[in-house]
Amino acid sequence: WVPVVGLEIHAQISSNSKLFSGSQVQFAAPPNSLVSFFDASLPGTLPVLNRRCVEAAVMTGLALNCRINKKSLFDRKHYFYADLPAGYQITQQRVPIAVNGSLSYSLCIDNKMSQMVTKTVRIKQIQLEQDSGKSLHDDIRSQTLVDLNRAGVGLMEVVMEPDMCCGEEAAAAVRELQLILQALGSSQAVMAEGQLRVDANVSVHHPGEPYGVRTEVKNINSLRFLAKAVDYEIQRQIEELENGGTILNETRAFDSKLGCTVPMRDKEGKQDYRFMPEPNLPPLILYDAKSLPANMSHQQVVNIDWIHERLPDLPSVKRAKLVEQYGILPEHSFTLLNEDGLTEFFENVVKQTQMKPRKVIGWILNDLLSYLKQHSLTVKESPVSSFLLADLLNLLEKKEISAAAAKQVLAELWKGEGKTPLEIVKEKKLELIQDQKELEQICQVVIDGHENEVMAIKAGNRKVLNKLIGLVQRETHGRSNPVLVKQLLEKKLSE
Amino acid sequence: MRVLWFGRWLRAGAAAMVPAGPPRAAAELLAHLERLALVDFRDAEGVERLQKAIQFADRLQEVNTDGVEPMDSVLEDRCLYLREDNVTEGNCTKELLKNAREKVEEYFVAPPGNIPLPKLDEQETFLQGS
Repeated sequence: WVPVVGLEIHAQISSNSKLFSGSQVQFAAPPNSLVSFFDASLPGTLPVLNRRCVEAAVMTGLALNCRINKKSLFDRKHYFYADLPAGYQITQQRVPIAVNGSLSYSLCIDNKMSQMVTKTVRIKQIQLEQDSGKSLHDDIRSQTLVDLNRAGVGLMEVVMEPDMCCGEEAAAAVRELQLILQALGSSQAVMAEGQLRVDANVSVHHPGEPYGVRTEVKNINSLRFLAKAVDYEIQRQIEELENGGTILNETRAFDSKLGCTVPMRDKEGKQDYRFMPEPNLPPLILYDAKSLPANMSHQQVVNIDWIHERLPDLPSVKRAKLVEQYGILPEHSFTLLNEDGLTEFFENVVKQTQMKPRKVIGWILNDLLSYLKQHSLTVKESPVSSFLLADLLNLLEKKEISAAAAKQVLAELWKGEGKTPLEIVKEKKLELIQDQKELEQICQVVIDGHENEVMAIKAGNRKVLNKLIGLVQRETHGRSNPVLVKQLLEKKLSE
Repeated sequence: MRVLWFGRWLRAGAAAMVPAGPPRAAAELLAHLERLALVDFRDAEGVERLQKAIQFADRLQEVNTDGVEPMDSVLEDRCLYLREDNVTEGNCTKELLKNAREKVEEYFVAPPGNIPLPKLDEQETFLQGS
């Protein structure tokens, strides 16, 4: 069975006002307070296009390697629903603003993040369209409450071709798109706040045969649920077909509690949207350096080349720069960019310590990040600041404490009691024993107490030496430098 | 395309309402159109009006449009005005809610989901009755 997954992603444009009106765009506000007469669809109102939304769409199109259509058109898509007051949505069905792009994303082959493979998904198009309002269903009183604050907010619909084959790929592609949108600033793309909504189109077929019937899966609220929903739907379709059933071309909703997809009500049969050109909006014309009109006001001109020159570094570029600048592995750069604020934290630590970045990254990814994950904290909420961590790593680098001791100090620092690493080291007596004589004495004690091991070493089994080093470490409660201990033991054993 | 076929069907049975094609299919198309547009063609006058409208519009077919780009608006040569991204409207909850027949705490009230139209069999279609 070959699963085929395509995605339709709606990203809310990050702008002050809506796509066609001057009402404010804001997440939580008193119901129907951010609604203009046009948003409420009162007769006699007309759409006026927001320049910022056009620029956001162009930026996104350029970042996704699309061809920007210098002339694009607006259309009306008709359907009836309480949160769509006009009875139609203004969208771009015939000629959208950007077409034929691509998005590269990476996947780990295994769970250990040690091998990454790069995949590409084609972007069919990006179009500008209006968001609808919000419906709150009150089943008890058999009514729907409608809040139009979201009605008319600008959306970029990104249509990805069915080049993906499983939930993991879909989630990875969306994650990369999220990072790109956030880097561009064209959308904040936070799924939890509804700024990024994903619908998945799933079908299965046998290799060599034509594509199977596809279903559309909606109501996916996070990347994790996206992967689950897609994988569940693939399984469901395979099971249905293997049992001799057929797949209906329907829309299904993902139930996150049950972890399955269920048919959606109110979506019976294929919808006929009766697309027609939006009569109140002339074509949207974009310009580039060559076609700039001479006698037009600056404010009325959107120059594609001007926007292209000012595109910020995309995530893939940022990762490459991190690898080159700090000598870390590509996998590390992925994790750094994946956690909000982690790159900054890492760079701050590197600035404040003499430890090599390649060693610092281990402490960031293994110790800091795993602790944050265990306690569900974001980097910004970390009780250990970059300053404190750098301080600790400096002690380690200067060989004042061992790595094992450093981990102990870090565990103390997590408590966030305001102590500095040095204070904790002194408190818990974790300093490395600098007195060579003292170390020699301890080594001698260990050697005297383990004749069998000594004989094995003298007979040629060097590995047993590690056991003796470990014993010395235990005696000193981790306060000995293993390299020095090894030297001392070897010297004694060769006498 | 189905509308064009339907139009031909209506024109064919110009004077009398006796359909040339299968009445069931035409009734279904009519019902489908009614559902989409929420318009009621339920009586003879309605259907006749529709028929006349299609005949009237069909006169457009007499013009030869080979090789001519379709025009969808007389505004096509106008400049699409671009607005600056400033907040200039909103904050008129009270005024907007004045239009609402029912409201609950500043929300508009609507029926739950879309009310489905009665199914085709349950209706007394004009065409079936004739």
